[in-house]
Order: sequence, then structure tokens, then C-alpha cells
Amino acid sequence: MPDAAALTIEDLVAGYGQVTVLQEVTLAARPGTITAVLGANGAGKTTLLRTISGLVKPRAGRILVDGIDLARRRPEDITRAGVAHVPEGQGVVTELTIEENLRLGGLIRSGGAARSAALADAYQRFPLLAERKRRLAGTLSGGERQILVIARALMAAPRVLLLDEPSLGLAPRMVTQVMDLVRRLRDDAGLTVLLVEQNARSALAIADHGLVLNLGKVVAAADAATLSADVALRRHYLGF
Amino acid sequence: MQEFLEFTLGGIATGMIYAAIALSLVLIWRGTRILNYSQGGMAMFTTYVAWLVIQHTGSYWAGFAVALAAGLVLGSVLEFAVVRPTENKAPLNAVIVTIGLLILLEGLAGIIYGGQYRSFPAAFSIKGLKAGSVGLGISPNDVFTAAAVLGAAVILALVFRYTSVGLRLRATAFAPAVARLLGVRIGRVLTLGWALAGLFGALAGVLVTSSTFLYPNSMDSIFVLGFTAAVIGGLDSPVGAVVGGIVLGVVLSYAGGYLGSNLVLVYGLAALVLVLMIRPTGLFSSGVTRRV
Repeated sequence: MPDAAALTIEDLVAGYGQVTVLQEVTLAARPGTITAVLGANGAGKTTLLRTISGLVKPRAGRILVDGIDLARRRPEDITRAGVAHVPEGQGVVTELTIEENLRLGGLIRSGGAARSAALADAYQRFPLLAERKRRLAGTLSGGERQILVIARALMAAPRVLLLDEPSLGLAPRMVTQVMDLVRRLRDDAGLTVLLVEQNARSALAIADHGLVLNLGKVVAAADAATLSADVALRRHYLGF
Repeated sequence: MQEFLEFTLGGIATGMIYAAIALSLVLIWRGTRILNYSQGGMAMFTTYVAWLVIQHTGSYWAGFAVALAAGLVLGSVLEFAVVRPTENKAPLNAVIVTIGLLILLEGLAGIIYGGQYRSFPAAFSIKGLKAGSVGLGISPNDVFTAAAVLGAAVILALVFRYTSVGLRLRATAFAPAVARLLGVRIGRVLTLGWALAGLFGALAGVLVTSSTFLYPNSMDSIFVLGFTAAVIGGLDSPVGAVVGGIVLGVVLSYAGGYLGSNLVLVYGLAALVLVLMIRPTGLFSSGVTRRV
């Protein structure tokens, strides 16, 4: 049912310089679902997110968010259209305080009241951040930074959340916490999430759907349960 | 002892001029990693605008205000029209563009206003202040100069720290890619950075030219000393720029006072070489001071 999708990608082709990474990638994510994007290193998972958020210009194809084509727009305008991209590798601004990082995420909200409300929400949801709001973000641990970047993305009240390897480099206990958080964002806030993960097992555990990329092509797309049950696919592409 | 007091206070007053130029360089460097070699030329040009306004209206303050406004406009126009196209090109392109701008601005000033030295008025009396019978080595105009730069720097710091525009400026300086992904319109922020730099340059130009003369190259040596102050401060720290300016002003004042004033520019260059040799990242470039 492509009509009801919050995020639809049609025949997306993108790459860097002479290299084409994404080859006619197509997907449809319904509102309030988590779609896990899986595959080996170099499969094009990160490039897919970077293309959706405008950091990489697509060569062909469409990127529809609530029916509006955002392909080839600038990253800042795509963010303003309701797509939040949390890139891999700790995108906190270490020189700013935790509160300033959060406020930065809410700047595209219009009006001081909306921004203050978003900040209060963030502190209520993440008491850990409230306790340390005046500290520099650089003082946080890896797991805490991951919480902060997700909280910061939420400040913009996005409808679509692109998460790139949120569990990368985290201790197992933090991985569980982050995955729980992602699931709650879907269940409580109705967010549509595109979750890129190396850790296919924990991603499929919370996802509704899965998409497996190999060398820039979609090799499988199905319910998370179906993908998890496909032993050959798991062995071949997912490594578990 | 009295000499020492005079040299110290005089040095601080001159140092505030270097601080203003240093701040203008830092504002651009932080956002774009471009060293704006045309900063002195921009300051000179806006000072000519002030001179013209003062000639026509007879009001120093009208000239002062128009110069600051002209600095804002010149900074944003240059960023948008000339510097923006060098984005995503080799860094050397931007360097050459700003050097070209300097030559262009100085050439234009020569064509429009002629090359002769013109005197530029001071805001306040330039007669030395005294505490009792002791000369302080500074005039009311020097006090105004220091207060104006310091006041502008404090306003800038407050804007950086407490406003959403300041948050955008800082985020863009520290992490432009992150800022973009959060919806910050980087282009506008960079234009604003250049506009503020133009403002501080204009302030320095108007303030310093009353004690020199106005001619197309009049800001060249001030630019070199302002650049030295910025390097001392670490190039990306606004606080460092102000402190660097004051330190350089005082050091050069002692050197000029005790060793002879003919070689002040040489001492300034020696200070630059020394800082680059001993601590090329500047005194204030550690993570701690980048907070402000």
C-alpha cells in the first residue's frame, strides 16, 4: 500500500564521483513503523540515509515524504520538511553544553513556546540529560551521547527518523537501552523509523519490516519475522 | 614608574584596535576556515565612507554610524557575491580571492578618493589625561576607543552565548555538517559572520584612523598587527582575540617606549614569528576556551 506510506523511495540511484552506490533502491515505510536496513559493510546502507537527508545528491529516483518529493533538496530543507537524520559516529557538538545541543535541534520550531515545550519534553523523557544540562556534551559517555543525539533529533518534532548505527561501539547494556528507546519512539510517538544496523539480530527484534541491501541493490524486503526466519538469507547476508 | 604606567595604558588602548581587527578575522575563520586578507581593505573602505559622511554632514557620529552599517553591508555582500562561489573549491582559491579583494578595494579607494593622506577626526579630545599631576599616557579618545571595542566585544559574547542566532553561529563554527542536518541554514549564518566581521573591521578603522591618516593603504600595518593578535589568541577564540590584542598592544608599547618607536611594526612581526614558532595554535586554542 504505497499510498499510505510516510516515506516512499522509488528507483533511487546515488553515489560518489564515478562510483554508483545505490542502484534503483525502492522501499515504502508505513507511518509508525520501524524498517531495519541491513546488509554488510559497503552495501550502501549509510549512503541510503545520506541520500534521503540530502547529504548525497541522488542521480535518479524519488524520495517522497508524506507524498512530497524531497529528492535533490538541500539537507537543511529536508530536515525542515520533517526528516531527522542521526548520522553514525556521535554527532554531538562537544564544545556546546547538553542543553545547547538540544536547543540546536529545536531551532527549526517556530516560536519560543514550542521550543521550550520541546526542551521540557526532552528532559522529562531523558532525566539523565536534565541532570547534566549545563555540562559540555563532550563530557558524556558514548551511550549517553547516542541518547543525546536522538533526543536532539526529536526536538525538531520529525515525522521520519533516520538512525545510522545507533548501537555502534556501545556496551551491550546500552545497546538494549537504545533499542528500547527506538521502539518506544514508534509506539508512543508514532514515528516512522529507518534503522540502519550492523547488528541485524537486535534490529530485527524491534523492527516491523526489514530491507537487505547488497552492493547497493535491494536483495530482500519483507516482514521482520519473515527475514529472521529465512536461514539462508541470514547466513548469506546478515551473519547470524 | 610613570613611564611604565603611560606605556601600559597606552598599550591597552592601541591593543583594543588590534583586538577589533583580530575579532573580525576570528569571526570569519571560525565559520569558514578562511583567513580574510581583505579585512584591512574593508576597514579602510568603510572609513572613507565615514570620512565622506563627516565631510557632508559635519557630524562625527553620523559618520561613525554609517561606517558601522557600511561594514555590515560590505561584509555580507562580499561573502555572498565573491566568497560563496569558492565554497567546495580548493582552500587556496579563497585565499587568492580575499587577496584580490584587498587589491581591488585599495585600488577603488585610490580611484574614488585619490591617494593623498587625509586627516580623520577623533570622537573626543586627544589631549592626555592626568591623574592629579601624573600623566596617564592616554586621552579621552583612547578611553572611548577601548570602551567601544570592549563594549562591542561584550555584546558579541552575549549574543553568542544567549541567543538562538549565537547558537547557530557557534554550532556552524564547531560542526557545520551537524548544524546543517539540524536544519540550520549555513549559508545565512556564514553571511552573518562576514557581516559581523565587517562591522568590527569598520569599528577598528574609524577608531584607529584618527591617530594615523586616511589613505588607500592606511590599514595595512594595522591588519598585520591585528592578524598577529588573532594568532596569539588562537584564531578561533573570540576571547583569545581580545586578550591577544591587548597583550600585543602592551608588549609593542613597552618595546616602542623603551627600545625606540621606529621599529614597532618590526617588533610586531617578530612577535608573530615567535608565536608561530613556539605555539602555533595560539595561547587560547585549547578546548576549554573554545567554550565562549
